Amino acid sequence: MTKSAKQVNICKKRITPSLLNKQKILMLMSFPFLIWLIIFAYVPLWGWIMAFQNYRPDLGIRNSPWAGLEHFRRLFADQQFHEAFRNTIGQSLFLLAIGFTMPVIFALMLNEVKYLRFKKIAQTISYLPHFVSWVIVASILGLILNTGGPINTLLLNMGLIERPIAFLGVPNMFWPLLAISDTWKNIGWNAIIYIAAIASVDQALYEAAAVDGAGRWRKMWHITLPGIRTVIIILLVLNIGRILDIGFERQILLGNPVNQSHSRTIDQYALEYGTQMFRFSYGTAVGMFKSVISLILVLAANRFARKLDAGVF
Amino acid sequence: MKTGHKRKKIRSQDGIVSGILIYAFIVFILIITLYPFINVVALSFNDSNDTAAGINMLWPRSWTLENYRRLTQYENLGWAAFNSVLRTVGGTVAGILCTATVAYTLSRNDYVFRRSIGFLFLIPIYVSGGIIPYFLLIRNLNMMNTFAVYIIPMLISTWNVIIMRSFMDNLPFELQESAMLDGANDFTIFSRIIFPLCKPVVATVSLWIAVGHWNSWIDTYLFNAFSPHLSTLQYELMKVLDSTNIGNAAGRALMNPNAALAARMVSPISARMAITVVVILPILMVYPFIQRYFVTGMTLGAVKS
Repeated sequence: MTKSAKQVNICKKRITPSLLNKQKILMLMSFPFLIWLIIFAYVPLWGWIMAFQNYRPDLGIRNSPWAGLEHFRRLFADQQFHEAFRNTIGQSLFLLAIGFTMPVIFALMLNEVKYLRFKKIAQTISYLPHFVSWVIVASILGLILNTGGPINTLLLNMGLIERPIAFLGVPNMFWPLLAISDTWKNIGWNAIIYIAAIASVDQALYEAAAVDGAGRWRKMWHITLPGIRTVIIILLVLNIGRILDIGFERQILLGNPVNQSHSRTIDQYALEYGTQMFRFSYGTAVGMFKSVISLILVLAANRFARKLDAGVF
Repeated sequence: MKTGHKRKKIRSQDGIVSGILIYAFIVFILIITLYPFINVVALSFNDSNDTAAGINMLWPRSWTLENYRRLTQYENLGWAAFNSVLRTVGGTVAGILCTATVAYTLSRNDYVFRRSIGFLFLIPIYVSGGIIPYFLLIRNLNMMNTFAVYIIPMLISTWNVIIMRSFMDNLPFELQESAMLDGANDFTIFSRIIFPLCKPVVATVSLWIAVGHWNSWIDTYLFNAFSPHLSTLQYELMKVLDSTNIGNAAGRALMNPNAALAARMVSPISARMAITVVVILPILMVYPFIQRYFVTGMTLGAVKS
């Protein structure tokens, strides 16, 4: 109680001791989770101090020697970091190009299906890969992209290639491969929001267009697409804001020493320096650099999206 | 009149062609979605000598259970399955209770700390400390090589709190009011009145949490890689996949003796597919029955955000 009583002075005036007493059970229900939150979300932020130190686990954050901006200077000079930065952006752009557009197309096509039973089954099947782990996807990809697997067999039979290709061993193919496998996994799931948006488009517009003799594609282009434009643009903007947050899970699973030049992302670079080479301060500096840029991007994107939202409604 | 008739006919013909195109596109998507799963299952039941002749199949050419029998060679698989099930069940129960409790306190408009606590929960969506400070935190908490690392750091996700809270916001406040007048305390109101009314959203969020736990391997990889008896199924599969890539295995062996151990085992494609099926089976089995709950929640969340 003394702790919360202390907070009273900082907060608003309407908080009285009797009110606090009345809500003590609510406080008991939320304060343990507040402590949990501080430990697992805010203590790591405090750890950013390490980026300006030469952190040594035996000395801790309090006693480790200061390093100033040395880690950042070294970071900007490192060729491998430039590569990781390029890969992060490249992978994200491929993901935007394929992974963002395909669900929109899929939703538009599903909307044209008049047999509800088929539509429902198609939707159910399309969600399935969203619920399997990336480990499973990696295992499946290992099979599908195998030199004797279906993709190579198909390409050989069509005469497009003369010799089987080990796709995961070709660095240049990593970006599209990641984007395609992510699209495969999430196309149905990501289409849900568009399907919901399409359902709320005014049906009278279609009837009016039909009277004017508009065909399927014209209705799609002139009514459905403009009807869900806001949703598409807002999601696009939010996705662009998250362009650096591609993570390292998929890259660890699908990456290998051969395609590393195109698979390693900023997060993975930080992880490798921090946990494998035990350069904690350097790894923290990498993560901090990414988080700060990412924060600026996300906030800008959110602002922009809100503006768009307000502009339409 | 004649021209009108003609136009109508042309239009309907156009509709048929485009209709076929649309169905073809959707069927194509469904085939590429399903084919890999069928191929994996077929290979897992196919004789490994026969598999060497060709891996493209929709049905086992030479039926056998040998691949599954051979899984007993991976002595760690039993522990891994045990841990995966335990963390999924325990993590989901703990997670949903904590999430609902937080969501309830944040849904109470009269709660004095509602805004400040809500704000604190929101910030981590925008900025996180990064992987290295988090790694060191887990280390300093002495949670490396413990089962607790699977449960405690994952207790609450802000997104799930938002979804549950928005559901609770839509419940009529009168329900709580009468109980308050009867002198029930806030926890009783939550546990007896609000939580039971939240069944639909509890189902959805529980499923998400459960899938997240079942599919997680990064935490095993980062924190429990040196404790074989704390392994998980996803991580075991990851190690097997890793070992099929020689260059990969050699690199990883430097940091992770567990992976090196797996590298020494022969893992032909048949065994790999059998493990894949074991890891994916729970999801495939429950999926048809519960997929509607997933989607309900998705639209619920989409409306809110």
